[in-house]
Amino acid sequence: MDIFLLFISAIFVNNIVLAQYLGNCPYLGCSKEKSVSIGMGAAVIFVTIMATLFTFLIQKHVLLPFNLGYLQTIVFILVIAALVQFVEMFLKKMVPPLYKALGIFLPLITTNCAVLGVAILVQRKEYDFVTSLLYAVAAGTGFMLALVVLAGIRERFEITRIPRAMRGVPIGLIMAGIMSLAFMAFKGMIA
Amino acid sequence: MASMMKEFTKGLWNELPPFRLVLGLCPVLAVTTTANNGLGMGAAVIFVLSLSNVIISLVRNIIPKKVRIVCFIAIAASLVVTVEMLMQAFAYPLYQQLGIFVPLIVVNCIILGRAEAFAAKNPPHLALADGLGMGIGFTLSLTFLGSLREIFGSGTWFGVSLFGPDFQPFTFMVQAPGAFVCLGLILAGMNFLNVWQAKRKGVELDPNFDAGCAGCAACKGLEKIVNQKKLERLEAAKG
Repeated sequence: MDIFLLFISAIFVNNIVLAQYLGNCPYLGCSKEKSVSIGMGAAVIFVTIMATLFTFLIQKHVLLPFNLGYLQTIVFILVIAALVQFVEMFLKKMVPPLYKALGIFLPLITTNCAVLGVAILVQRKEYDFVTSLLYAVAAGTGFMLALVVLAGIRERFEITRIPRAMRGVPIGLIMAGIMSLAFMAFKGMIA
Repeated sequence: MASMMKEFTKGLWNELPPFRLVLGLCPVLAVTTTANNGLGMGAAVIFVLSLSNVIISLVRNIIPKKVRIVCFIAIAASLVVTVEMLMQAFAYPLYQQLGIFVPLIVVNCIILGRAEAFAAKNPPHLALADGLGMGIGFTLSLTFLGSLREIFGSGTWFGVSLFGPDFQPFTFMVQAPGAFVCLGLILAGMNFLNVWQAKRKGVELDPNFDAGCAGCAACKGLEKIVNQKKLERLEAAKG
Protein backbone atom coordinates (compact mmCIF):
# COMPACT_ATOMS: atom_id res chain seq x y z
CA MET A 1 0.00 0.00 0.00
CA ASP A 2 2.84 2.34 0.87
CA ILE A 3 4.45 1.64 -2.48
CA PHE A 4 1.20 2.42 -4.26
CA LEU A 5 0.97 5.71 -2.38
CA LEU A 6 4.58 6.52 -3.23
CA PHE A 7 3.85 5.97 -6.91
CA ILE A 8 0.68 8.06 -6.92
CA SER A 9 2.39 10.81 -4.99
CA ALA A 10 5.51 10.93 -7.19
CA ILE A 11 3.66 10.68 -10.51
CA PHE A 12 0.63 12.87 -9.91
CA VAL A 13 0.71 14.86 -6.69
CA ASN A 14 4.38 15.83 -6.52
CA ASN A 15 5.04 15.54 -10.22
CA ILE A 16 8.71 16.21 -10.75
CA VAL A 17 8.18 18.84 -13.46
CA LEU A 18 4.85 20.38 -12.60
CA ALA A 19 5.14 20.56 -8.82
CA GLN A 20 8.88 20.35 -8.10
CA TYR A 21 10.16 22.40 -11.06
CA LEU A 22 12.86 19.92 -12.07
CA GLY A 23 13.89 19.21 -15.65
CA ASN A 24 12.22 22.22 -17.23
CA CYS A 25 14.72 22.66 -20.06
CA PRO A 26 14.06 19.28 -21.70
CA TYR A 27 10.38 19.64 -20.76
CA LEU A 28 10.09 22.70 -22.99
CA GLY A 29 12.87 21.80 -25.43
CA CYS A 30 11.79 18.26 -26.33
CA SER A 31 8.01 18.64 -26.28
CA LYS A 32 7.45 19.82 -29.83
CA GLU A 33 6.99 16.35 -31.29
CA LYS A 34 5.28 13.36 -29.70
CA SER A 35 7.71 10.68 -30.93
CA VAL A 36 10.70 12.72 -29.74
CA SER A 37 9.08 13.23 -26.35
CA ILE A 38 8.46 9.50 -25.93
CA GLY A 39 12.12 8.73 -26.65
CA MET A 40 13.29 11.45 -24.29
CA GLY A 41 10.93 10.26 -21.56
CA ALA A 42 12.11 6.67 -21.86
CA ALA A 43 15.74 7.75 -21.76
CA VAL A 44 15.10 9.85 -18.64
CA ILE A 45 13.39 6.93 -16.84
CA PHE A 46 16.29 4.64 -17.74
CA VAL A 47 19.06 7.03 -16.69
CA THR A 48 17.26 8.16 -13.52
CA ILE A 49 17.03 4.57 -12.30
CA MET A 50 20.67 3.82 -13.13
CA ALA A 51 21.88 7.09 -11.60
CA THR A 52 19.88 6.61 -8.40
CA LEU A 53 21.15 3.04 -8.07
CA PHE A 54 24.82 4.01 -8.42
CA THR A 55 24.74 7.24 -6.45
CA PHE A 56 22.84 5.54 -3.62
CA LEU A 57 25.49 2.81 -3.34
CA ILE A 58 28.32 5.35 -3.51
CA GLN A 59 26.73 7.55 -0.86
CA LYS A 60 26.20 4.62 1.53
CA HIS A 61 29.47 2.75 0.95
CA VAL A 62 32.00 5.43 0.06
CA LEU A 63 30.97 8.93 1.06
CA LEU A 64 29.38 8.30 4.47
CA PRO A 65 31.95 5.79 5.87
CA PHE A 66 34.81 8.14 4.96
CA ASN A 67 32.98 11.25 6.17
CA LEU A 68 32.95 12.86 2.74
CA GLY A 69 29.29 13.89 2.69
CA TYR A 70 30.15 17.43 1.59
CA LEU A 71 31.50 16.09 -1.71
CA GLN A 72 28.04 14.76 -2.61
CA THR A 73 27.32 17.25 -5.41
CA ILE A 74 30.61 16.88 -7.24
CA VAL A 75 30.73 13.08 -6.90
CA PHE A 76 27.12 12.61 -7.99
CA ILE A 77 27.38 14.74 -11.11
CA LEU A 78 30.64 13.11 -12.20
CA VAL A 79 29.18 9.64 -11.59
CA ILE A 80 26.13 10.54 -13.66
CA ALA A 81 28.28 11.98 -16.47
CA ALA A 82 30.48 8.88 -16.55
CA LEU A 83 27.47 6.59 -16.28
CA VAL A 84 25.72 8.18 -19.21
CA GLN A 85 28.88 7.82 -21.29
CA PHE A 86 29.19 4.13 -20.39
CA VAL A 87 25.54 3.40 -21.02
CA GLU A 88 25.86 5.03 -24.42
CA MET A 89 28.92 2.94 -25.32
CA PHE A 90 27.34 -0.25 -23.97
CA LEU A 91 24.09 0.22 -25.88
CA LYS A 92 25.96 1.08 -29.08
CA LYS A 93 27.92 -2.19 -28.94
CA MET A 94 25.42 -4.57 -27.35
CA VAL A 95 21.87 -3.39 -28.04
CA PRO A 96 21.91 -1.41 -31.31
CA PRO A 97 18.11 -1.15 -31.66
CA LEU A 98 17.81 0.44 -28.22
CA TYR A 99 20.74 2.71 -29.02
CA LYS A 100 19.01 3.82 -32.17
CA ALA A 101 15.90 4.72 -30.19
CA LEU A 102 17.55 6.42 -27.21
CA GLY A 103 21.04 7.26 -28.48
CA ILE A 104 20.58 10.91 -29.33
CA PHE A 105 18.86 11.64 -26.04
CA LEU A 106 21.49 10.19 -23.74
CA PRO A 107 24.08 13.00 -23.96
CA LEU A 108 21.36 15.57 -23.23
CA ILE A 109 20.48 13.84 -20.00
CA THR A 110 23.78 14.49 -18.22
CA THR A 111 22.71 18.08 -17.70
CA ASN A 112 19.07 17.29 -16.99
CA CYS A 113 18.45 18.47 -13.46
CA ALA A 114 15.70 15.89 -12.96
CA VAL A 115 18.32 13.11 -12.88
CA LEU A 116 20.67 14.78 -10.40
CA GLY A 117 17.63 16.14 -8.57
CA VAL A 118 16.15 12.69 -7.92
CA ALA A 119 19.54 11.34 -6.82
CA ILE A 120 19.90 14.14 -4.25
CA LEU A 121 16.21 14.10 -3.22
CA VAL A 122 16.25 10.44 -2.19
CA GLN A 123 19.28 11.18 0.00
CA ARG A 124 17.62 14.20 1.62
CA LYS A 125 14.39 12.25 2.21
CA GLU A 126 16.47 9.38 3.65
CA TYR A 127 14.70 6.64 1.73
CA ASP A 128 16.04 3.10 1.94
CA PHE A 129 17.50 1.36 -1.10
CA VAL A 130 14.34 -0.22 -2.53
CA THR A 131 12.19 2.84 -1.87
CA SER A 132 14.81 5.02 -3.59
CA LEU A 133 14.73 2.88 -6.71
CA LEU A 134 10.93 2.85 -6.75
CA TYR A 135 10.90 6.61 -6.29
CA ALA A 136 13.27 6.94 -9.26
CA VAL A 137 10.95 4.83 -11.42
CA ALA A 138 7.93 6.87 -10.35
CA ALA A 139 9.65 10.23 -10.80
CA GLY A 140 10.84 9.25 -14.29
CA THR A 141 7.34 8.08 -15.19
CA GLY A 142 5.91 11.34 -13.94
CA PHE A 143 8.36 13.25 -16.12
CA MET A 144 7.45 11.16 -19.16
CA LEU A 145 3.73 11.61 -18.54
CA ALA A 146 4.01 15.39 -18.30
CA LEU A 147 6.31 15.54 -21.34
CA VAL A 148 4.16 13.39 -23.62
CA VAL A 149 0.94 15.17 -22.68
CA LEU A 150 2.51 18.57 -23.33
CA ALA A 151 3.92 17.34 -26.67
CA GLY A 152 0.48 16.18 -27.70
CA ILE A 153 -0.95 19.60 -26.92
CA ARG A 154 1.88 21.49 -28.60
CA GLU A 155 1.44 19.53 -31.83
CA ARG A 156 -2.04 21.04 -31.98
CA PHE A 157 -0.61 24.52 -31.47
CA GLU A 158 0.98 24.36 -34.91
CA ILE A 159 -2.38 24.49 -36.62
CA THR A 160 -3.75 27.09 -34.21
CA ARG A 161 -3.54 30.84 -34.68
CA ILE A 162 -1.46 32.01 -31.74
CA PRO A 163 -0.37 35.66 -31.34
CA ARG A 164 3.13 36.16 -32.74
CA ALA A 165 4.72 37.04 -29.41
CA MET A 166 3.21 34.03 -27.63
CA ARG A 167 4.52 31.39 -30.03
CA GLY A 168 7.07 28.83 -28.87
CA VAL A 169 8.19 28.86 -25.27
CA PRO A 170 5.72 31.44 -23.81
CA ILE A 171 2.61 29.49 -24.77
CA GLY A 172 4.38 26.27 -23.76
CA LEU A 173 4.99 27.71 -20.30
CA ILE A 174 1.42 28.91 -19.91
CA MET A 175 0.22 25.47 -21.00
CA ALA A 176 2.55 23.95 -18.39
CA GLY A 177 0.97 26.27 -15.82
CA ILE A 178 -2.52 25.07 -16.73
CA MET A 179 -1.35 21.44 -16.57
CA SER A 180 0.24 22.12 -13.21
CA LEU A 181 -3.07 23.59 -12.02
CA ALA A 182 -4.84 20.43 -13.19
CA PHE A 183 -2.30 18.22 -11.44
CA MET A 184 -2.85 20.13 -8.19
CA ALA A 185 -6.30 18.58 -8.13
CA PHE A 186 -4.68 15.19 -7.47
CA LYS A 187 -3.66 16.46 -4.03
CA GLY A 188 -7.03 15.28 -2.71
CA MET A 189 -6.13 11.70 -3.59
CA ILE A 190 -3.67 11.25 -0.72
CA ALA A 191 -5.09 13.64 1.82
CA MET B 1 38.42 48.08 -21.53
CA ALA B 2 35.73 48.98 -24.04
CA SER B 3 35.37 45.36 -25.09
CA MET B 4 35.08 44.31 -21.45
CA MET B 5 32.30 46.85 -20.97
CA LYS B 6 30.53 45.46 -24.03
CA GLU B 7 30.70 41.86 -22.77
CA PHE B 8 29.50 43.00 -19.36
CA THR B 9 26.48 45.01 -20.51
CA LYS B 10 25.18 42.45 -23.01
CA GLY B 11 24.13 40.19 -20.12
CA LEU B 12 22.06 42.99 -18.63
CA TRP B 13 19.66 43.48 -21.52
CA ASN B 14 20.44 42.18 -25.02
CA GLU B 15 21.21 38.65 -23.87
CA LEU B 16 19.49 38.71 -20.47
CA PRO B 17 19.81 35.04 -19.44
CA PRO B 18 16.41 33.70 -18.39
CA PHE B 19 14.22 36.14 -20.32
CA ARG B 20 16.08 36.51 -23.64
CA LEU B 21 18.28 33.43 -23.85
CA VAL B 22 15.77 31.05 -22.33
CA LEU B 23 18.31 29.29 -20.12
CA GLY B 24 18.26 27.74 -16.67
CA LEU B 25 14.53 27.81 -16.08
CA CYS B 26 14.33 25.39 -13.15
CA PRO B 27 15.68 27.71 -10.44
CA VAL B 28 13.91 30.66 -12.06
CA LEU B 29 10.58 28.93 -11.49
CA ALA B 30 11.39 27.24 -8.22
CA VAL B 31 13.02 29.79 -5.96
CA THR B 32 11.15 32.95 -6.96
CA THR B 33 8.37 32.63 -4.39
CA THR B 34 9.92 35.63 -2.64
CA ALA B 35 12.19 38.43 -3.84
CA ASN B 36 14.72 37.57 -1.16
CA ASN B 37 15.12 33.97 -2.34
CA GLY B 38 15.56 35.17 -5.91
CA LEU B 39 18.29 37.57 -4.83
CA GLY B 40 20.08 34.89 -2.79
CA MET B 41 19.98 32.34 -5.61
CA GLY B 42 21.24 35.03 -8.00
CA ALA B 43 24.18 35.81 -5.73
CA ALA B 44 25.17 32.13 -5.64
CA VAL B 45 24.97 31.98 -9.44
CA ILE B 46 27.07 35.17 -9.86
CA PHE B 47 29.80 33.59 -7.73
CA VAL B 48 29.82 30.26 -9.56
CA LEU B 49 29.38 31.68 -13.05
CA SER B 50 32.07 34.37 -12.93
CA LEU B 51 34.65 32.09 -11.29
CA SER B 52 33.90 29.13 -13.56
CA ASN B 53 34.15 31.41 -16.59
CA VAL B 54 37.59 32.67 -15.47
CA ILE B 55 38.93 29.21 -14.63
CA ILE B 56 37.66 27.64 -17.84
CA SER B 57 39.08 30.49 -19.85
CA LEU B 58 42.48 30.02 -18.16
CA VAL B 59 42.63 26.30 -18.95
CA ARG B 60 40.88 26.51 -22.32
CA ASN B 61 44.02 25.65 -24.29
CA ILE B 62 44.98 22.71 -22.08
CA ILE B 63 41.68 20.78 -22.08
CA PRO B 64 41.38 18.23 -24.90
CA LYS B 65 38.29 18.90 -26.99
CA LYS B 66 36.73 15.49 -26.45
CA VAL B 67 36.52 15.65 -22.68
CA ARG B 68 35.81 19.36 -22.34
CA ILE B 69 32.19 19.02 -21.14
CA VAL B 70 33.19 16.74 -18.27
CA CYS B 71 35.99 19.16 -17.34
CA PHE B 72 33.55 22.08 -17.35
CA ILE B 73 31.15 20.13 -15.14
CA ALA B 74 33.94 19.21 -12.72
CA ILE B 75 35.05 22.85 -12.42
CA ALA B 76 31.47 24.07 -11.92
CA ALA B 77 30.78 21.31 -9.39
CA SER B 78 33.77 22.20 -7.22
CA LEU B 79 32.65 25.84 -7.18
CA VAL B 80 29.11 24.79 -6.27
CA VAL B 81 30.42 22.73 -3.35
CA THR B 82 32.29 25.86 -2.21
CA VAL B 83 29.10 27.92 -2.41
CA GLU B 84 27.16 25.25 -0.52
CA MET B 85 29.67 25.29 2.32
CA LEU B 86 29.82 29.09 2.40
CA MET B 87 26.03 29.28 2.54
CA GLN B 88 25.86 26.67 5.29
CA ALA B 89 28.30 28.74 7.31
CA PHE B 90 27.00 32.27 6.70
CA ALA B 91 23.45 32.09 5.34
CA TYR B 92 21.91 28.91 6.72
CA PRO B 93 18.21 30.00 6.61
CA LEU B 94 18.59 30.94 2.93
CA TYR B 95 20.37 27.64 2.23
CA GLN B 96 17.41 25.77 3.69
CA GLN B 97 14.92 27.87 1.73
CA LEU B 98 16.66 27.20 -1.57
CA GLY B 99 17.01 23.52 -0.68
CA ILE B 100 17.90 21.18 -3.49
CA PHE B 101 18.38 24.05 -5.96
CA VAL B 102 21.77 25.03 -4.55
CA PRO B 103 23.51 21.77 -5.58
CA LEU B 104 21.52 21.87 -8.81
CA ILE B 105 23.39 25.03 -9.90
CA VAL B 106 25.88 22.51 -11.37
CA VAL B 107 23.44 21.45 -14.06
CA ASN B 108 22.05 24.93 -14.68
CA CYS B 109 22.45 25.42 -18.42
CA ILE B 110 23.68 29.00 -17.89
CA ILE B 111 26.95 27.72 -16.45
CA LEU B 112 27.63 25.15 -19.18
CA GLY B 113 26.13 27.35 -21.88
CA ARG B 114 28.43 30.29 -21.10
CA ALA B 115 31.43 27.97 -20.70
CA GLU B 116 30.82 26.42 -24.10
CA ALA B 117 29.71 29.55 -25.95
CA PHE B 118 32.05 32.13 -24.44
CA ALA B 119 34.67 31.15 -21.86
CA ALA B 120 36.18 28.35 -23.95
CA LYS B 121 36.93 30.80 -26.77
CA ASN B 122 37.91 34.04 -25.00
CA PRO B 123 40.67 35.37 -22.69
CA PRO B 124 40.07 35.49 -18.90
CA HIS B 125 39.30 39.19 -18.52
CA LEU B 126 36.53 39.04 -21.13
CA ALA B 127 35.22 35.80 -19.61
CA LEU B 128 35.05 37.49 -16.21
CA ALA B 129 33.11 40.43 -17.65
CA ASP B 130 30.75 38.02 -19.42
CA GLY B 131 30.23 35.94 -16.28
CA LEU B 132 29.59 38.97 -14.08
CA GLY B 133 27.20 40.54 -16.60
CA MET B 134 25.24 37.33 -17.14
CA GLY B 135 25.20 36.62 -13.40
CA ILE B 136 23.91 40.10 -12.54
CA GLY B 137 21.33 39.89 -15.33
CA PHE B 138 20.19 36.54 -13.94
CA THR B 139 19.97 37.98 -10.41
CA LEU B 140 17.96 41.00 -11.57
CA SER B 141 15.55 38.77 -13.48
CA LEU B 142 15.11 36.44 -10.52
CA THR B 143 14.55 39.35 -8.14
CA PHE B 144 12.05 40.90 -10.55
CA LEU B 145 10.05 37.69 -10.91
CA GLY B 146 10.37 37.03 -7.18
CA SER B 147 9.09 40.55 -6.36
CA LEU B 148 6.15 40.15 -8.73
CA ARG B 149 5.14 36.82 -7.21
CA GLU B 150 5.72 37.93 -3.62
CA ILE B 151 3.84 41.24 -3.96
CA PHE B 152 0.73 39.67 -5.51
CA GLY B 153 1.01 36.25 -3.88
CA SER B 154 1.58 37.27 -0.29
CA GLY B 155 1.27 41.06 -0.24
CA THR B 156 4.82 41.63 0.96
CA TRP B 157 8.10 42.75 -0.60
CA PHE B 158 11.37 41.48 0.90
CA GLY B 159 9.23 40.45 3.86
CA VAL B 160 7.76 43.95 4.41
CA SER B 161 3.98 44.06 4.37
CA LEU B 162 2.72 46.40 1.63
CA PHE B 163 -1.04 46.48 1.68
CA GLY B 164 -1.95 46.18 5.34
CA PRO B 165 -3.89 43.41 7.08
CA ASP B 166 -7.02 43.55 4.90
CA PHE B 167 -5.22 42.38 1.78
CA GLN B 168 -6.44 39.08 0.33
CA PRO B 169 -3.35 37.47 -1.20
CA PHE B 170 -3.58 36.00 -4.70
CA THR B 171 -2.06 32.68 -3.65
CA PHE B 172 -2.07 31.30 -7.19
CA MET B 173 1.07 33.40 -7.78
CA VAL B 174 3.22 31.71 -5.16
CA GLN B 175 2.18 28.20 -6.18
CA ALA B 176 3.63 26.16 -9.04
CA PRO B 177 1.09 27.15 -11.75
CA GLY B 178 1.63 30.84 -10.99
CA ALA B 179 5.36 30.44 -11.62
CA PHE B 180 4.81 28.92 -15.07
CA VAL B 181 2.17 31.42 -16.14
CA CYS B 182 4.14 34.45 -14.86
CA LEU B 183 7.31 33.40 -16.65
CA GLY B 184 5.33 32.63 -19.81
CA LEU B 185 3.78 36.10 -19.78
CA ILE B 186 7.15 37.78 -19.19
CA LEU B 187 8.71 35.86 -22.10
CA ALA B 188 5.75 36.81 -24.28
CA GLY B 189 6.31 40.44 -23.29
CA MET B 190 9.98 40.14 -24.29
CA ASN B 191 8.99 38.65 -27.65
CA PHE B 192 6.43 41.40 -28.18
CA LEU B 193 9.17 43.96 -27.56
CA ASN B 194 11.42 42.21 -30.11
CA VAL B 195 8.70 42.20 -32.76
CA TRP B 196 7.87 45.85 -32.12
CA GLN B 197 11.53 46.92 -32.28
CA ALA B 198 12.07 45.00 -35.51
CA LYS B 199 9.03 46.64 -37.05
CA ARG B 200 10.19 50.11 -36.02
CA LYS B 201 13.66 49.57 -37.46
CA GLY B 202 12.17 48.01 -40.58
CA VAL B 203 14.12 44.75 -40.08
CA GLU B 204 12.54 41.49 -41.19
CA LEU B 205 12.32 38.98 -38.32
CA ASP B 206 13.13 35.34 -38.91
CA PRO B 207 9.74 33.77 -39.76
CA ASN B 208 10.63 30.61 -37.85
CA PHE B 209 11.55 32.77 -34.87
CA ASP B 210 11.02 30.80 -31.72
CA ALA B 211 12.54 31.71 -28.39
CA GLY B 212 13.96 28.42 -27.21
CA CYS B 213 16.97 27.15 -25.33
CA ALA B 214 19.20 29.13 -27.69
CA GLY B 215 22.53 28.55 -26.04
CA CYS B 216 21.96 24.92 -25.17
CA ALA B 217 23.88 23.06 -27.85
CA ALA B 218 22.30 19.80 -26.74
CA CYS B 219 18.82 20.72 -27.92
CA LYS B 220 20.12 21.90 -31.29
CA GLY B 221 20.58 18.28 -32.42
CA LEU B 222 16.95 17.54 -31.73
CA GLU B 223 15.78 20.54 -33.74
CA LYS B 224 16.71 18.78 -36.98
CA ILE B 225 14.60 15.72 -36.19
CA VAL B 226 11.67 17.84 -35.08
CA ASN B 227 11.76 19.90 -38.27
CA GLN B 228 11.95 16.79 -40.40
CA LYS B 229 8.92 15.28 -38.67
CA LYS B 230 7.09 18.58 -39.10
CA LEU B 231 7.73 18.50 -42.85
CA GLU B 232 6.59 14.88 -43.08
CA ARG B 233 3.37 15.73 -41.29
CA LEU B 234 2.71 18.75 -43.49
CA GLU B 235 3.24 16.66 -46.59
CA ALA B 236 0.96 13.93 -45.31
CA ALA B 237 -1.69 16.56 -44.67
CA LYS B 238 -1.36 17.87 -48.23
CA GLY B 239 -1.43 14.46 -49.89
